[in-house]
Amino acid sequence: MPLSNEFIQTRLQEKFGDSVSAFEQPYGMLSFEAPHEMNLKVMQYLYDAEDLKFRFLTDLCAVHYPDQPGRELAVVYHLHNLTDNIRIRFRVHVSIEKPDVFTATNLFSAANWMERETYDFFGVNFIGHPNLKRILNVDEMDYFPMRKEFPLEDQVRLDKDDEMFGRGGSIN
Amino acid sequence: MRPVRFNIHAKQPDARTAVGVADAPPGYPGDGFFTAKLSDVVGLARKNSIWPLPFATSCCGIEFMATMGSHYDLARFGSERVGFSPRQCDLLMVMGTIAKKMAPVVKQVYLQMAEPRWVLSMGACACSGGIFDTYSVLQGIDQIIPVDIYVPGCPPRPEAVIDGIMRIQELVGMESIRRRNGDRYKELMESYGIQ
Repeated sequence: MPLSNEFIQTRLQEKFGDSVSAFEQPYGMLSFEAPHEMNLKVMQYLYDAEDLKFRFLTDLCAVHYPDQPGRELAVVYHLHNLTDNIRIRFRVHVSIEKPDVFTATNLFSAANWMERETYDFFGVNFIGHPNLKRILNVDEMDYFPMRKEFPLEDQVRLDKDDEMFGRGGSIN
Repeated sequence: MRPVRFNIHAKQPDARTAVGVADAPPGYPGDGFFTAKLSDVVGLARKNSIWPLPFATSCCGIEFMATMGSHYDLARFGSERVGFSPRQCDLLMVMGTIAKKMAPVVKQVYLQMAEPRWVLSMGACACSGGIFDTYSVLQGIDQIIPVDIYVPGCPPRPEAVIDGIMRIQELVGMESIRRRNGDRYKELMESYGIQ
């Protein structure tokens, strides 16, 4: 039978019950959420099930929601079923004080560098990752640039005038 | 088809105006000899044979490629041979955005150049970080190496690059041969942490 979003949703709910939640379909792509301890179990199930077969990790990234305390950092996985051409999005939320997520490197080797990038920019700690260090930024950097509290501009510049750039000042 | 309106009369090449000849430095001529200041002669020789090292990173590198092409020829100024080895080059042309991760590399390349060496920073990103005022871009290469000439623009037109090279030529021609051993130069290098 053709694989549809409703079919995937029923299969997930049969297997995991209430743990998977927040099913929505923005632009026709199924998107759901699970607790962060279960991310590997969900992805392994989607990988192994012969009628689901989500065996390609398209993207792994994170989003910072500073106004949802307790679930600030969301790690988002985009999975793709190559034979039936169906994509789904799966997210896990972790709190910013303890951003620990199990690594998906054993299941998808593409996750290796994508998790390093997510660590570099958001500070998400992937447990079990073989080589979790900064990949795109300078190694000595001690902050995580993509978090919302980080300022947009480099603080080295002394000549950038607030007034000239339309922030504060007398003309506003 | 609209007929071509410009450049339709072939110009005869004229040796008197087509070839430029450098003026002799002020000196005392004689019968079979010419005396001049050593720094003038050395400067004249050096400035008309600068070998640049194009450290091209992004869009300004493409503009440099256009400058080296036949339309805006940089080879006319003696820069026919661009070397990619810092050991053999005089002028380090840093063209393009330098990320913070790339900064130690630029410094290493500068350190490997032999004296006398000059640096030309081309484009807004190399001069000051350009429009990329962000965590990953070095805000100007003069934070790590001393720069002689800055060419602004995003990217600068090839004419602007040639203007920058001509100013470098002026600098080279007028440089005292004792400059590199002097105290001021040493202080400048110390301020960048270069021995």
